[in-house]
Amino acid sequence: MLSRTADHLFWMSRYTERAENTARMLDVNYQTSLLPQSATSAQAGWEGLLSISELKAPFAAKYGDSVAPRDVMDFMVRDEKNSSSIVSCLKNARENARAVRGTLTTEVWETENQTYLEVIRMLNNGDFERDPSQFFEWVKFRSHLSRGVTAGTMLQDEAFHFLRLGTFLERADNTARLIDVKFHAANSGLSGEGTQAPQEFDFYHWSSILRSVSGFEVYRKVYRDVIKPERVAELLILRADMPRSLLGCLNELMSNLAMVTNDASSETQRQAGKLRSDLQYARIDEILANGLHAFLTQFLDRVNELGAHLSREFLVPTTT
Amino acid sequence: MSRPMFDEMNASPDAVREHYQIYQRWLARQPLATMQARREEAEMIFRRVGITFAVYGEKDEDGAGTERLIPFDLIPRIIPAHEWATMEKGLIQRVTALNRFIHDVYHGQDILKAGIVPSEQIFQNAQFRPEMMGVDVPGNIYSHISGIDIVRAPDAQDSSGMKGEYYVLEDNLRVPSGVSYMLEDRKMMMRLFPELFNENRVAPVAHYPDLLLETLRASAPPATADPTVVVLTPGMYNSAYFEHAFLAQQMGIELVEGQDLFVKDNFVYMRTTRGPKRVDVIYRRVDDDFLDPLAFRPTSTLGCAGLLNVYRSGNVALCNAIGTGVADDKSIYPYVPKMIEFYLGEKPILKNVPTYMCRNAEDLKYTLAHLKDLVVKEVHGAGGYGMLVGPAATQAEIEDFRAAVIANPAGYIAQPTLSLSTCPTYVESGIAPRHIDLRPFVLSGKEVQMVPGGLTRVALKDGSLVVNSSQGGGTKDTWILEDTPDEKMQSQSQSQGGK
Repeated sequence: MLSRTADHLFWMSRYTERAENTARMLDVNYQTSLLPQSATSAQAGWEGLLSISELKAPFAAKYGDSVAPRDVMDFMVRDEKNSSSIVSCLKNARENARAVRGTLTTEVWETENQTYLEVIRMLNNGDFERDPSQFFEWVKFRSHLSRGVTAGTMLQDEAFHFLRLGTFLERADNTARLIDVKFHAANSGLSGEGTQAPQEFDFYHWSSILRSVSGFEVYRKVYRDVIKPERVAELLILRADMPRSLLGCLNELMSNLAMVTNDASSETQRQAGKLRSDLQYARIDEILANGLHAFLTQFLDRVNELGAHLSREFLVPTTT
Repeated sequence: MSRPMFDEMNASPDAVREHYQIYQRWLARQPLATMQARREEAEMIFRRVGITFAVYGEKDEDGAGTERLIPFDLIPRIIPAHEWATMEKGLIQRVTALNRFIHDVYHGQDILKAGIVPSEQIFQNAQFRPEMMGVDVPGNIYSHISGIDIVRAPDAQDSSGMKGEYYVLEDNLRVPSGVSYMLEDRKMMMRLFPELFNENRVAPVAHYPDLLLETLRASAPPATADPTVVVLTPGMYNSAYFEHAFLAQQMGIELVEGQDLFVKDNFVYMRTTRGPKRVDVIYRRVDDDFLDPLAFRPTSTLGCAGLLNVYRSGNVALCNAIGTGVADDKSIYPYVPKMIEFYLGEKPILKNVPTYMCRNAEDLKYTLAHLKDLVVKEVHGAGGYGMLVGPAATQAEIEDFRAAVIANPAGYIAQPTLSLSTCPTYVESGIAPRHIDLRPFVLSGKEVQMVPGGLTRVALKDGSLVVNSSQGGGTKDTWILEDTPDEKMQSQSQSQGGK
C-alpha cells in the first residue's frame, strides 16, 4: 500500500487512542475531585495531567500559574488550539481518516466522521458542562467503537495492521506516562502530607489509577487482595494479559509488525523485539529497586525511537 | 408575454407528461410533513457519509467548520427511454468525432488543411499543447471520460410548450466531475423511497465504476498485461476530493497524490510500504498545468516531476490525455457539427446552440447590437464565471461586457438566451419550477459507452440559469424510464414514418 496511506492510518488510530486516554485521565480526576477526603490528591492530579501531556507551559501561558480544575478540563477537552485536547485529537483522527477514506470501509469512515460531528455538537450545546462524566464515557465508547468497527469490518491486510500499530504504540506511550506521573505524585504526596492517613490516601490514589485504565476489577480478579502500589505497577507494566499494560502493548506491536515486514524494517523489528523481551523477563521488584521513574523514562525514549524507525522504514520513506 | 417555457413534468398547468404520471400520482399522495422529514434525513445522511465539499475561509451556522453539502432535490428528473436512446447515439457520435479531432490536431491536421477549422483557432489557443505533437496514445483515445452538458429548450416553432429540443451546451473533455453525485443521488433515492422503484422501471447506474475501470485498463500502454491503475487527486482540500476518493474506492485502486509518485528510468512509480511499485495508468483529476513541474507550471506540487517525458515515451497512460482542452474550448465548440461530418461522414444527431463568434466581424456586429438578449461567454471561462446573461444583467454590466468584447473580440462568443427547461423542485415556498441541465458521462475505451442518464443539475434560485454548484446549484436523481406501450408505439411509428 501507499506509504502515505499507511501514515494516515497510523495517525488516525493514534489520535483516537490519545483522545480515549485523555478522557480516561480526566474522568478519574474529575471523579476523585468529588470526594472530599481526596481533594489534595485531586489537585495534584490536575497538575499531573498537564505534565503527563507535557502541557504545563502552554497551559500557564493561557491561564497563569494557578491550576483550576475547570480550566484544565476546558483546556484538555475543548481547546482547539491545544493539539492534545480531545476535540483536536478527534478532529485529527477524522482528517487522517478522510485522507484515506477509500482505504477504510464505509463503516470505519462513517464512525470517525460521526464522532467528530457529534463532539462538536455536544460541546456547542453544553452536554459536556452538564455531565462531564457522561461525556468522557462517550469519548471512551467512541474509541471502543472505532476499534471494534475496524476489527469487525476491515480486511486484515496491511491497512489493518498499520491501524493496530498506531493504537498500541500510542497506548504504550500513554500508559507509561500515566504510571510515571501517578507514582511520582504518590511519592511526593506521601512524604509531603503529614495530615492524611497513608492508608486512605493509598486506596483512593491507587484505585483511581486502576480505574483510569479499566484495571480496578482486573486487579481484584488477578490478586484477590488489597491494593498495593507494587502490584499496581506490576499489573500495568508486566502483565501480558492486561490489555493496557506495557507488555500487552508491546506484544501487539510485535505481532502486527511481523505482518507488514519489508526489506528495510529489520531495525524496527529488532528494537521492538528487544524492548519486548526486556519487559517479558523483568521482575517488578528489580524495576522498583532500580527506580521506576528511570525505568519509565527510558521506556518512553525507546517507544519514541521505535515510532521514528517505523516512520522512516514504512510511512515516510525518503529513498526513491 | 413571457417567453415560452418547457417543463419536464407538466405539459400545461393541468396536464402531466406521460412519463411523469406514475410519479406524479405518488407525489400527490405524500403528506408535506413526510417529504420534509425525508429532506432532513437526506441531509443528515449526506453529512454522516461525508459527501461534502470544502469551502475554506467560511464557517457553517453550527460552527462545524467549512464543509458544505451540494443540495439534493427529492423530485427526480425523468427522461423516457426513447429520448435517451437518441441522445445516447448522439453522444457516442459526438465524442467519437471529438477524439478524432484531437488526434488530428496533434498529428496530420487534416481538418485545418481542409479549411474547416481556422489554424489560428488552434495554435493561439492556450490549451493547445505543442508537447503532444506527434505523440501516439493507446487506441488514439484522448478524452476517455467526457462530460457533455445538455439542455432542453422550447422548440422555437412551437408556442404551446409541448415540444422541447435538446442542445449540447458544452463539451467537458479535461477533468469533468460530478459523477459521484449521480451515483450517490440514486443511492439516496432508493434509500428514501424504495417503493418508487417498484412502481417505475428505472434504468440502473451503479455499474459506472465498473465501466470506468474497464475503460482505464483498456487505455494502458499496450505492453502491460495486468496494468496498475491509480487515481491522482490534488488532495483532500480539493472541492471534488470526495469524488476522487469515492471512485478509487469503488474501483478498488489506489488514490495517490503527486508526492506519492516519482519517475525513475523513464517509468512512473508510487512509494509503497513495500518499496516502489510501477504505475501504468493514471486517472488524473489534476489539470494539465499542474501535472509536471518540469514541463508546465514549475511551482506545482500536485504533479510528478518528469511525468510528461514518461508519457511521451508511452510508458504510462494518462486519462484524460494531455492537451484535450484544445477541443472543449468555447471557441472550438461551434465547429463540432462540422467535425462530425468531416471525420464520420454523418449528420450530427445532437444539436449545437447557435453561436456567434465575435472574431467574425458580422457576428461581432450582431452581438454588440443584441447584448440585451444574448448570453456572452469568455471562450476560456468555466464554472459559470466570465459570462453575461443579457436579459438578467444591469445596464452597467452590459456596458462593461461591451467594452471587454470590443477590446478582445476573439475572446468571446455569444448565444441566444436559451430558456432552459424546468423541473418541479422543492424550494422554501413549496414546489416550484427551476431550470435544469444534464451531464451524461461518456467513457471511451475499447468502445464508447455510458450508463443511462447522467447528473441533473438544478439552479435553485428563482429564474436563475446557472446550475453550477459553486453558484448555488443543486442536483437531482436522473431516471431513464422504460417507455410505456403508448410511447413505444409512437416512437416506432415516428422512426418508421421518417424512412
